[in-house]
Formats: sequence, structure tokens, C-alpha cells
Amino acid sequence: MRGRLSARHTTLLGLALVIAAVPWFFPSAYYFRVAALVWVSGLAAVGLQVLMGQAGQVSLGHAGFLGLGAYACALGPKLTGLPVLACLPLGAVLSGLIAFVVGRPILRLRGHTLAVATLGFGMLVTMVLTGENGLTGGPDGIRIPRVELFGWRVRGAETWYWIAGGALWLGVWLALNLQDSPSGRALAALHDSEVAARTLGVDVARHKLRAFVVAAVYASVAGSLLGMMNGFVTPDAAGFLSSIEYVTMVVIGGSASVPGAVVGAALLVLLPQALTVFHEYEHALLGLMIMLFMIFLRQGILPGLAGLLAGRCLGAPKPVASAGARA
Amino acid sequence: MQVPALLRRVLLAGAALALATPAGAQRSGEPIRVGAVLSVTGPASFLGDPEDKTLRLYVNRINGAGGVNGRQLQLTVYDDGGDANRARTFATRLVEDDKVVAMVGGTTTGATLAMRPVFEDARVPFISLAGGVEIVEPPQPYTFKTPHTDRMACEKIFADLRARGLSRVGMISGTDGFGASMRGQCLRVAQAAGVTVVAEESYGPRDSDMTPQLTRIRNAERVEAVVNAGFGQGPAIVTRNHAQLGIRTPLYQSHGVASREFISLATPQAAEGVRLPAAALLVAEQLPEADPQRRVVLDYKTAFEKEFNQPVSTFGGHAYDGLMILVEALKRANSTDGTRLRDAIRATRGFVGTGGVVNMSASDHMGLDLSAFRMVEVRGGDWRLVGN
Repeated sequence: MRGRLSARHTTLLGLALVIAAVPWFFPSAYYFRVAALVWVSGLAAVGLQVLMGQAGQVSLGHAGFLGLGAYACALGPKLTGLPVLACLPLGAVLSGLIAFVVGRPILRLRGHTLAVATLGFGMLVTMVLTGENGLTGGPDGIRIPRVELFGWRVRGAETWYWIAGGALWLGVWLALNLQDSPSGRALAALHDSEVAARTLGVDVARHKLRAFVVAAVYASVAGSLLGMMNGFVTPDAAGFLSSIEYVTMVVIGGSASVPGAVVGAALLVLLPQALTVFHEYEHALLGLMIMLFMIFLRQGILPGLAGLLAGRCLGAPKPVASAGARA
Repeated sequence: MQVPALLRRVLLAGAALALATPAGAQRSGEPIRVGAVLSVTGPASFLGDPEDKTLRLYVNRINGAGGVNGRQLQLTVYDDGGDANRARTFATRLVEDDKVVAMVGGTTTGATLAMRPVFEDARVPFISLAGGVEIVEPPQPYTFKTPHTDRMACEKIFADLRARGLSRVGMISGTDGFGASMRGQCLRVAQAAGVTVVAEESYGPRDSDMTPQLTRIRNAERVEAVVNAGFGQGPAIVTRNHAQLGIRTPLYQSHGVASREFISLATPQAAEGVRLPAAALLVAEQLPEADPQRRVVLDYKTAFEKEFNQPVSTFGGHAYDGLMILVEALKRANSTDGTRLRDAIRATRGFVGTGGVVNMSASDHMGLDLSAFRMVEVRGGDWRLVGN
């Protein structure tokens, strides 16, 4: 049906087309801002999808790494004198290291215990960011210097739209490659059954840790981008609610699907903007819509819709296994 | 879902271009768009909710009385839920999409600082309702604020101390944002106020006993007064422990506890004699007839309590002040052009609001002096206006 293009290439091409085409419909810079937020949140969600959808581990402290990335861009230039942009890889390396150190003991835990441990990690980050007033500016947040590229100050929602879009595309490309690699298949195996995977010779602990580090690096890069785009960051970027939002993005978009995470991010960023007309009912409606999506598209929006379409085209609905439903 | 709205916008933009009127030109009949991003929900909702109610109430009243310069006000309120990132997105939306002429909002200092560049870049006046000094220091061309700062609270406390002939202070502060910020400001202005901080202690937001810290303060050399920079229930515990230890030196609390819950939490017996700087709104009925703020404060209190059937708070008062400063500036400027409006706001002199008498200038984008704070004392379980 898809000719010679593999599913991976179709996805990448589709994403590139969407990123390139939607600005044609933007009447004002506000739309660029919202779309850039979708791409940045999408990047964090894609990272989390590697951990949740591919390795089957839940993290409720993902925003902690986002916060690390953002604060790296705020504190890095202040403490080391490095340009802001250089602090993005610095934050990513730091987050990866922290994830590696923290992940080793945490990832021995399973299910609920793992979720609670990651939750604790996220809270710890928020507490430090809030408490270390002198360094981080406390709950009032901290300024991030404007980015300069070859002496040219990067500002304006439109520029950030392209930067964020490019970063997301790269992120999706890497995540899809990972999914189709031996590592990805090992992750899929341990996602379905850790015991079975171990019996087959998969080093479960090492693969889980890898996925955790990958997710942390994605979140850190997304956090850095978000921070540089806003020129400002407060500790609530690393908070529990924001962690929950990213988990929701992955689940609602379809945790088995990399582009699904982007769809989930788009939904959670766009819905609150679209629902402002309802004033007091805004939050109730948001909750209701999320519930409806989860009830009627249980595998998530993207795999769910793909399943429905395939069912309609082929006449017979195929049962969609969690690891097999890759859009 | 977006397409019809989009199409309409494109057509509107085309129509606007076709009619191309010079920037800031008056178009009678067309409403004046005013924006607000507030933390109506979330952890800061106790601030944002009365702000939201106040803005809606007074925009309706102003429109009922014929609007401003013959035009109606159109208020757009967005709820940031206490999230600075979301606040920034809504700020962009107000400027780019809703085309507001000014913004009255920004519930927390964090949200305000996150939104400030959006309004500065667009040259749209922004009147913030948050406390932080850094919002207007150094002054940014288009950013203003209405609430008093914690530095002024420190100065007010120290001035009262000096008036009682006291100068040696033991300070105890919470480690939360409010306490930490006020502590820093107090230490900064102590010397200039002629006050020496001889002992310093702190407590965590969830501590339930401050006896050790207070004992250390009591034992410090010749302490003449205790000052508590804090917010929430910490100060109530400090007040109780202060009474339990039988410490006789006067206790000062901050403007952060200026609510009736503080007295009941601390118990009226323990709180007896505690002083704190508060906005005039807290003691509206006790203000002397000649007080310039009396009428404004009483009017606002009556209007708010009648409409919403809940006690008035100083936070809503900040929103009232912001909106009224904007309305007066709109009248004076007789224009909605950002820079002209900014100049008019900056030229605010002798504006009597709930937070004090406002005199702005190019170097002072808040315009309040120490007379904005009233020193009150707890007597018999209620607030009493003392001194000045």
C-alpha cells in the first residue's frame, strides 16, 4: 500500500511535511509560539515514549530532567561563562549522567514501586530548584540569556518554531531508528515480559537503564529549548504536574507509537488553548475529553485510528498487540 | 475546528488593512481590548481568584457607566494555572491574537517575569499584580506594578521599631519563597533604617515547633524585638511559641499574614500585641474620615462583598488599582497607542487606590511610598490601627 517507503520513512516524511506546511496557515506569531511548544513538548514525549512505550517502564518524574535541562541553560552561562547554546549539550550530558546514576538502583524496582521512585526523583529536583534561592532564584524563577548565533540574537516565535521543529524531527528519527534496532527489539521483548526476555538472553537491567538515560537526555534537550525559547524558567517546569502531563501525552497519543507521542503532545498543548472560551468549565472539559479519548481509542489516538482505518479497509479488524502496533 | 476562526481572522486582517487607519487612532464604537493572565486555578488561586472577580466586576461597572472615552472595555482573561510557561503562551496570545492595548495581570512574580519580554517587545503596557521588587527594578519601559513590595514591609517594620526606641532585632524567617525573599530585603535595608540584626534563625515550611530558634534569639545579646518574615501557618506557630516562652520583646509579623485566619491559628491570647504592616483594606472601617484612602477602600470592599458574598482580600485590591490606573491613563492619553498609553500610566500622580496613593515616574513604576502600609496591632482578637 505504501509503495517502496517503509513505515519509518513515511512517518518521517509526514512529520517533515507537517512541520513545513502548517506555518502557511498561521495568521499571527501566537500560532508559531503554540506550534513551537507542541514540537518541544513532543520532543520530551518522544523520549518518554522510548521508556514507556518501548521499554514498558513508567516515569512520573520525567519533568525533573526537563527542569535540569532548562536550569543548565540558566545557570551554565552564569557559572561557567559558556554561551547559552553550549549549555544545551552540557545539560544533556549532565542529565544523562544523573539518569545513569539514579537509574541503576531505581530500575531494579518494578511497576508501582518504580513509578513512586521516579516520582520522588522529580520532587527532589523541584525541591532543590525551589529551595536553593541564592543560586536558582527560588520559586520566582530565573532568567535565561537570549541565544546568540554568529552574533545574531535568536528571538521571535517564528525562529523558535523552526528550531524546535528541526529538533523534534531529529528526535523522532533517532527514536524510530532505535525502535527498529536490535536494542529496540530487546526493549520490546522486555516490555512484553521481563522474564521471557531474560530467558532469551536479553540483559534486562542494562536495556532498561539505557532507555531511561535516553529518555532523560530527550527531556533535558526539550527543557533547554523551552527555557531558551521563553528566556525564563520557574521550578514548576520540573514539577509533578508537568511530569504527569508528559505521561498523559505518551499514553493518549498511543504509547506504542513514536509519532503518537507527538500527537499526544499536540493535543495537550492545543486543547487548553482551544478550551479557554469555556472559562470555568475549561478544566472539566479537558478532563472529559481525555477520558473519552482513553475510552474510545484505548491504544491511544494514533494506533487507535490506524487500527480503525485498517479494520475498515480490510474488512476484518486485526487485534493490535501492544508491541506490534507501530504506526 | 480552527479553520472557520482562521478564515475569519484572515478576512478581518484584510479588512483592517484595507481600512488602514493610523496606529492608535480612535475608533468610537469599537471596544478597547484589555487582557489579563491570572492564576485563577492552581496553587496561587487564592491570589488569582479575587483578582479575576475584581477585574470582571469593575469592567462590567465601567461599561455600565458608559465605558472609557465613549468606548466599551472588552476584557479577556486567561488562566495560567500558576504555570509560568503557560502564562507566557497566553501573553503571546493576548498581544498577537487578541490585540489588547494593555494587560492588567500576572499573579505571581514568576509568571510576571516570564511574560514581561512579550509585552516589552510588543510595546504594550503591562501592569503586574505580583509582589517581587525585581519586576520594576530596574524599571522596564512598559512594565508597571501595583502591589507594595516586601522591602517596603521591612522598612515599615523598622520605622515602627525606631519610633518605639528599639533597634536590636532578632530575625526568624521561613525558608519558602516569601520568607526567603523578605529576609533578604530586610537584611538589605536594616542598616539604612538604623536597625541591627543581632540574631538570625530560620524554619522550614512544614515545621511545627519553633521553640529552639526562638530560645536562641531570646538568648542573644540585648534583643529588643523579634521580626518574623513568613507566610502561611509558620508565623502562627512562631506567635504561639513566642507567647509560650514568655518572651517579652515585641513581635512583628509581615504583611503576608494579614488575614483573620492568622489570629485564630495563633490564638487571640498569643497574638495579643503582635504588630504587622498591612494594606488599608484590612482596617477599612477604622480609617479616619480625613484619610484619602477611606472612601476608595470602603467602596471597593462593599462592592466586592455584595457581589460575591465573600470577604474582600488585598490581592483583589491590587487588580482594582491596576485596572483603575489603566482606565485613568486611557482617559488622559485619549489613545490606545502603546507608547502614549505607557507615558500616561507613567504620569499617574495622586491616584488613590486600595494599596495606597500612587505617584509614578520614569524611574518608579510602582509609585507607592511607606504610607501605603498601615501598622496594625492585634488587640482582643482583632486588628487595631496604631500610630500614623
